[in-house]
Amino acid sequence: MKTNDVILQTTTKLIFFIIFLFSIHIFFAGHYTPGGGFVGGLLTASGIVLLLLAFDLKTVTTALPINYTVMTAVGLLLAIATAAGSIFFNVPFFTHAFDYFELPLLGKQSLHTAMLFDTGVYLVVVGVTMTIIQSIGADD
Amino acid sequence: MINLLLFPILIPFLFASILLLFPKNRLAQRWITFGTLLLTLFVTFVLLFKVKADGIQAITLGSWPAPFGISMVSDMLSVLLVLSSTLITLIVVWYSFSFIDRDRESYFYYPGILFMLTGVNGAFTTGDIFNMFVFFEVLLMSSYLLIVLGGEKIQLRESIKYILVNVISSALFVVTVAYLYSVIGTLNMADISVKIAEVNQPGIITVIAVLFLMVFGLKGAIFPLYFWLPSSYAAPPIPVLALFGALLTKVGVYAIMRTYTLFFTLDQAFTHELLMILAILTIVAGSIGALAYFDVKKIIIYNIIIAVGVILFGASQMNEPALMGSVFYLIHDILIKGALFLLIGIIIAITGTSDLRKMGGLIKTYPTLGWTYLIAAFGLAGIPPLSGFVGKLLIVQGGFEADNLWGSIFILASSLVVLLSVIRIFIYAFWGEPVKVQMLSSSVYRGLFIPAVVLVGISVLYGVGSEWLVPFMSDASNVMLDPTIYIKAVLGGA
Repeated sequence: MKTNDVILQTTTKLIFFIIFLFSIHIFFAGHYTPGGGFVGGLLTASGIVLLLLAFDLKTVTTALPINYTVMTAVGLLLAIATAAGSIFFNVPFFTHAFDYFELPLLGKQSLHTAMLFDTGVYLVVVGVTMTIIQSIGADD
Repeated sequence: MINLLLFPILIPFLFASILLLFPKNRLAQRWITFGTLLLTLFVTFVLLFKVKADGIQAITLGSWPAPFGISMVSDMLSVLLVLSSTLITLIVVWYSFSFIDRDRESYFYYPGILFMLTGVNGAFTTGDIFNMFVFFEVLLMSSYLLIVLGGEKIQLRESIKYILVNVISSALFVVTVAYLYSVIGTLNMADISVKIAEVNQPGIITVIAVLFLMVFGLKGAIFPLYFWLPSSYAAPPIPVLALFGALLTKVGVYAIMRTYTLFFTLDQAFTHELLMILAILTIVAGSIGALAYFDVKKIIIYNIIIAVGVILFGASQMNEPALMGSVFYLIHDILIKGALFLLIGIIIAITGTSDLRKMGGLIKTYPTLGWTYLIAAFGLAGIPPLSGFVGKLLIVQGGFEADNLWGSIFILASSLVVLLSVIRIFIYAFWGEPVKVQMLSSSVYRGLFIPAVVLVGISVLYGVGSEWLVPFMSDASNVMLDPTIYIKAVLGGA
């Protein structure tokens, strides 16, 4: 049966970017307010799942040629490398560091090593979620 | 290097993540895994001697003060277990080179093993009860991968059972930790111990103790919660079975030993009595299973259950010889179960069946295999001076000292059953009329046999050199006998 999904596809093209930008916002909001890499990653993944629903697996893999297993591995490495930085300073594992910087346009901001770790978490969450969904979805 | 105690967890984790990047390069997968495990083994040796020289190593992650952050604690018991887990994983990986087929190798077999070792080492090292749950999940998720990898019909059927049981027990674990937290208000294991002693272990804590026994009993296969284990463990290929049999149940056993010596020490008349009765029932159930089957895998798997009973009987006595004996026996069992599984793997590969009645006469074609198996079998049964003897002797001595004559007699009788069950394999497989076998090519045979011999050799050395190991073992049992050492190392002062 050929379904008519013009409305779904058209809205998805718009909505996907809103979801993606919102997930980035949530990711950066994470340190001091609710949010973070885990939720941000889930939101991004849900955006991609929406694409999968509106189009099909093949279109989406052509549009986003990402190997999600590699993404997971990179995320894990980023997270562990950030946490392991503390080993070189001989302080307990996972000890974080931060400072305030004057950035152009953004003004005074705190830059935090926990954010690097959170980026790793974000990549792992997107990678794992998409690996699961793709391998279940591809199996029809 | 205050982070040293984390290295046995971090090294496998780091390299497992790297291995995810190129799953199809089998050669690189193999040798990176092997190198990683050698490195981990080396670091663990360094850690062992540091713990021996400087006492318990403890660190609280993220520089938070102790009861609030997640503490990682490496005492002698945990470092010995980490060492033997890493060793057994190294040898199983070596054996896998010749055993595991190409497809499994290129679908994350080696990363799966390394992630599992991360979880196992983490569960042995952690000093935080919720973090222990997290590490249990890490090792369980990897074990889900390993049990289902290959997708044979029996594996799919058994992995559903396995996952279901473990998901339920994990849920129960969280519920139990939540109970404990709502009563005690802390998750740090040293702090829990202090707080329970402060409130003098009211009835509700005893209820939680029994819940913990159920949770860990499901993982560690004690009576009557072992029902899922024999058929699930028989499904995956032999190297995976060897890892599961040698390590996963031991994590449950370790968790019971830790919680019952550190937390729930004030109502021993109830909790430890219950533990002892269940341990004896576990031994009886395991003995029946070990004698009932003609399937070599099943026989050795039921021997795991017997060993769990023996170790927990030792732990329930709460006196020095019994606790030292159970540490001795725990490590002996990790080594010897690994060795036996590897050896029966070779027998199954040669005869093409795991049914004893269809085997025979292997002693003519593979004499060294036969004698190696016999040594391993004697070691398992605890014939002096092999490795099972010292542990069992101390456990029985402790049982007599605590006036548990009948329990100790059960332990002694179980040795005979164990001996009979493994000698049956020897008699059926190696004696009798030779049946037609498929000769393994000599390179494959060597690749399987040498790791197994090395492991049997290590277990023999472990038995013969036990005198030399006593200082390590007594350090391990002292921490269990006197929780204040552990508490002081984590919380400092006091």
